[in-house]
Amino acid sequence: MTIQLSRRHFLGASSAVAGSLVVGFHIPFASVASAQNAATQEINAWVVVQPDDTVVIRIARSEMGQGTLTGLAQLVAEELECDWAKVKTEYPTPGENLARNRVWGNYSTGGSRGIRDSNEYVRKGGATARVMLVQAAANDWKVPASECTVEKSVITHKPTDRTTTYGKVAPAAAKIAPPTDVTLKDPKDWKIAGKRLARLDTVDKTTGKQIYGMDLALPGMLNAAIKDCPVFGGKVKSFDATVATKRPGVKKVVRVGDSALAVVADTWWHAKTALDAMPIEWDYGPNADASSAKFAEVLKAGLDAPEAVVGNEVGNARTALAAAPRKIEAVYSYPHQNHATMEVMNATVRWTPERCEVWTPTQNGEAALAAASEAAGLPLAKCDVYKLLLGGGFGRRGAVHDWVTQAVLIAKEMPGTPVKLIWTREEDMTHGRYHPVTQCKLTAGLDANGNVTALHMRISGQSIVASIFPANIKDGKDPVVFQGLNPPGPEASIGYSIPNLLIDHAMRNPHVPPGFWRGVNFNQNTIYLECFIDEIAHATGQDPLALRRKLMTNHPKHLAVLNAAAERAGWGKQAPAGIYRGLAQGMGYGSYVAACAEVSVSPTGTLKIHRIVAATDPGYAVNPQQIEAQVEGSFAYGLSAALYGECTVKDGRIEQTNFDTYRVLRMNEMPAVEAIVMPSGGFWGGVGEPTIAVAAPAVLNAIFAATGKRIRNVPIKDQDLKKA
Amino acid sequence: MPSLNVNGSVRQYDAEPDTPLLWVLREQLRLTGTKYGCGIAQCGACTVHIDGAPTRSCVLPVSSVAPAAKIVTIEGLSPDGSHPVQKAWVALDVPQCGFCQSGMIMAAAALLKEKPKPTDADIDAAITNICRCGTYNRVRAAVKVAAQGGAAKAAGLAIQHADGSTS
Repeated sequence: MTIQLSRRHFLGASSAVAGSLVVGFHIPFASVASAQNAATQEINAWVVVQPDDTVVIRIARSEMGQGTLTGLAQLVAEELECDWAKVKTEYPTPGENLARNRVWGNYSTGGSRGIRDSNEYVRKGGATARVMLVQAAANDWKVPASECTVEKSVITHKPTDRTTTYGKVAPAAAKIAPPTDVTLKDPKDWKIAGKRLARLDTVDKTTGKQIYGMDLALPGMLNAAIKDCPVFGGKVKSFDATVATKRPGVKKVVRVGDSALAVVADTWWHAKTALDAMPIEWDYGPNADASSAKFAEVLKAGLDAPEAVVGNEVGNARTALAAAPRKIEAVYSYPHQNHATMEVMNATVRWTPERCEVWTPTQNGEAALAAASEAAGLPLAKCDVYKLLLGGGFGRRGAVHDWVTQAVLIAKEMPGTPVKLIWTREEDMTHGRYHPVTQCKLTAGLDANGNVTALHMRISGQSIVASIFPANIKDGKDPVVFQGLNPPGPEASIGYSIPNLLIDHAMRNPHVPPGFWRGVNFNQNTIYLECFIDEIAHATGQDPLALRRKLMTNHPKHLAVLNAAAERAGWGKQAPAGIYRGLAQGMGYGSYVAACAEVSVSPTGTLKIHRIVAATDPGYAVNPQQIEAQVEGSFAYGLSAALYGECTVKDGRIEQTNFDTYRVLRMNEMPAVEAIVMPSGGFWGGVGEPTIAVAAPAVLNAIFAATGKRIRNVPIKDQDLKKA
Repeated sequence: MPSLNVNGSVRQYDAEPDTPLLWVLREQLRLTGTKYGCGIAQCGACTVHIDGAPTRSCVLPVSSVAPAAKIVTIEGLSPDGSHPVQKAWVALDVPQCGFCQSGMIMAAAALLKEKPKPTDADIDAAITNICRCGTYNRVRAAVKVAAQGGAAKAAGLAIQHADGSTS
């Protein structure tokens, strides 16, 4: 029996309630928002209450492992005063958001913004729903709402000894005009938020039941594999489709734009092997000779170029440097890196001349919707995106939805048939949106007593914003380039006071497309600054912690996390034999982070990272055990980058094609991580990214302590660590 | 039609002999808990048990698996998520994105069957799976919890579960 998806029957009360993948009678992962089901009662955009007191909390941001689904639900539930044991979640679709005047706000899940940007309005959503539910009970009892109390979805009127539940009053509550003003709780009174609660989405990830984009199956679905030109900017010259179409299961060969070819088949394995067998000739285009070595030359020239855009300036660094009796100079670099999400890019699309539907793991459903609409040739209102859990995001699935565009273009060639496009790992490795490549020259001026009187940081290299959001470049400036180096303020500010400071950027854009890569520019900027501060300390005979403390007196929050990490690690006390320590600190994504790494280096140069102590002040901590998980994970990701992460370009193409040539950290290399979560209150910082930035410099500084070798170019794998 | 013994059932499939077992499991038998990560046996997301041995199914031609060989996938590790490894994983909230976790759990379950009290070195040697979210330390802690009969409190994470328990 073939079921027409277009019937749009929704038998499941909601995706959350239906629980598992049911295909055929309802659109998988459509939300209760679009479901016509009397059993559910929407109180407001954020809260749906069911008769059995199950509360479905709507989540606009995407879950990709970082725990935002649970954290956002905690914030809503806290204000709602519902029973946490009966909370479920669901994603409203971006199409529903547009149809309801963007009632769920921004869908973008990047920049560690999930909670910090939306905490206020989601808490208000919970508080508003609570007021309406309590008012409904009060109306029913004909008592003032102020005499009613609520706990765990049970409303009580003590004077008359009556109780009811959210499930019972929900239909009446939904008809009450929402209050225009609600008071949010003081975080010190939190009972659900701020607690070490278990995630809401763990169990299905341990049984194989969890459906990721790659796992989706729709009735009549076909599968596609794709090859894009190995060189960015190249095109398909010619191909012999008959070789592919003769193979088992193959339905069609599709040219996707100018640069890619796809094979559509009954199974993905048939599609992939047919595509592999198909002869293709490429026109490699203008970048056929590009290489990492050539990029490096271009970037090197930028280090001394007269033209640069200023990101942070205090006093007059050039004059002060010219007058300084002593100067220290160093040049650092940071390579291209691939996100390498465990789940490769994929999307399932069903296109008809009237409607385009997309099922995909995305960090920004609305951006995916925009990409789908454009590729489909249909207005936004005739498209929708059903978000599936991401097998990793790390920024790859946020700003650019190249794989969605491809999948729509393929599905367009087979109207009415759902087609699932899955990239190979090789395609994923060589068609990423890479961590930008930069170099940095740092020059410090010192007075006779070793005090830092001036610092010039010249960054030369790639701009993500110029590539992805060129309209946001104003007067040639990409503000994101200066992450972690900004003037004092709430975002990514530098933690040092230096009387004469100049931080500027000479933009140099190689053809390899850059992307937002977990931690983004905060990563390399923190290596540059924190390793150079360490260089200054050693060159002037100062303890690295003591020097930092001297420069950080006006930056108490930066200093507090640094002190916490250093003290817990035992800085200043004798380390175990053969163990050496290194420090790093920084502020990014609204949070303050610091780390102390303990490493050993064998006489033959083998590095072992034994232990990391990391401190984080995110302002408010919504779920400390998940923040600890993010901090730990940030070391796996950040140390993978520091140890191995490098995508090199030769003949215009990325050389690393899989995990054999693009190594990442594994269990045997993972250090013990002690995470200190120390929320000081008064601000909301992110936790998914900031810690990445301190991972590499803490280890690099510890390597210097162990060996006397200053590593200024990561990855470490290319360096000889034998004692200097 | 050729067949495989998967999770205790004889299942027929229709695929060319050189098709990797992974894609037969995922596309023919609709057992999608076993993941494609790299296709070259590097990442371990495709780990299943064949006659108890942890095996990376993405490079194993399906024709090389004897019809009688007992294949167990994550879906068949236990009927209801009650395998000690699965319980330890839930107790410690191990998964982040979760994509690699089927493979991690299968590798851990095989290890514990062979070595009920694994050392850290045993864990390092047996679990070489890649996790990009960086769950390694909780994976290690959960393997130890499972080895110690489920004593999750010893891990010291103090996670509050919806049923009121703390682990």
